[in-house]
Amino acid sequence: MAEWLEEIRSARAAGDYAAVSALIPYARLMGIVIGPDPEERDDPSGVLLVRLPYRDDLIGRPGSGSLHGGLLGAFLEHAAIMQLLWRGESEHLPRIINFHIDYLRPGGEAETFARVDILRQGRRVANVHARAWQGERQRPIAAARGHFLLTPPED
Amino acid sequence: MGKGEEAGQLPEFEVARRLFDGSPHGALIGLKLIDLGADFVVAGIDYRPELVGNPQTGYLHGGVITTLIDQSSGAAVMVATGACEPIVTLDLRIDHLRPALPEQPIYARAECYRTAREVAFARCVAYQDDPQHPFATSMSAFMRLRAEKGSGRGRG
Repeated sequence: MAEWLEEIRSARAAGDYAAVSALIPYARLMGIVIGPDPEERDDPSGVLLVRLPYRDDLIGRPGSGSLHGGLLGAFLEHAAIMQLLWRGESEHLPRIINFHIDYLRPGGEAETFARVDILRQGRRVANVHARAWQGERQRPIAAARGHFLLTPPED
Repeated sequence: MGKGEEAGQLPEFEVARRLFDGSPHGALIGLKLIDLGADFVVAGIDYRPELVGNPQTGYLHGGVITTLIDQSSGAAVMVATGACEPIVTLDLRIDHLRPALPEQPIYARAECYRTAREVAFARCVAYQDDPQHPFATSMSAFMRLRAEKGSGRGRG
């Protein structure tokens, strides 16, 4: 197992969310951070609330005041990977197979949140649904579903 | 509508160029416009360690590919519909066929293949050396916000 996956495992055991957030370079560049979902009752330490604090360099079109649509998809995809790593038994980084993003409302100049539900996690593949919101959780700005491979890479 | 010099002067081409040049998020990840025509856009991103999603393999994060494809597809729709009208993405699906090789730039070629009255459809391939051998493919749909009333045919 890769050293950094070892780190995730021990961070998870210690509840050290910040350590896990910092492991993936792309997520560091975007400023994505993870923490426990305060609204989760059944499994308070197992379900993540993933956050994307607002920054000006997350805006897509100049002057639009809207987050880049591709970034929103990327944020949901990353949230899904983090949730699978946090919750799952996988010893490998989940590898994306496909991802389908629905854009529901424009993302404004505000912090964005995501929560991921793992609908099925088999030995080889996981199906996840994710949604992102800004102010109210009940008014999602984007939702996505996707599949991830959990098996080791071929080489 | 022709390609090359003449087509390159059209106002929608200029708007598509500005979409790339002026995008704050595009600048953050190094998104650049490579080529465009009446119904297609090619864009690229250079490999950078900060964009990596798997520190073990050095593969780019899937989200980088998503952002490249989203912007290329949106730009292709803008040039096809006439960029003076705003569009919003309805949905975007990506199949990741294989990993993109580390240390090499990635490209996306997007094409708007149907513009209906209120909706436009795009497809996109992401590749490194050869568009015929993509590492990801995508389909997306866009809403045309200032569609003319009563002039449409078919769906949307």
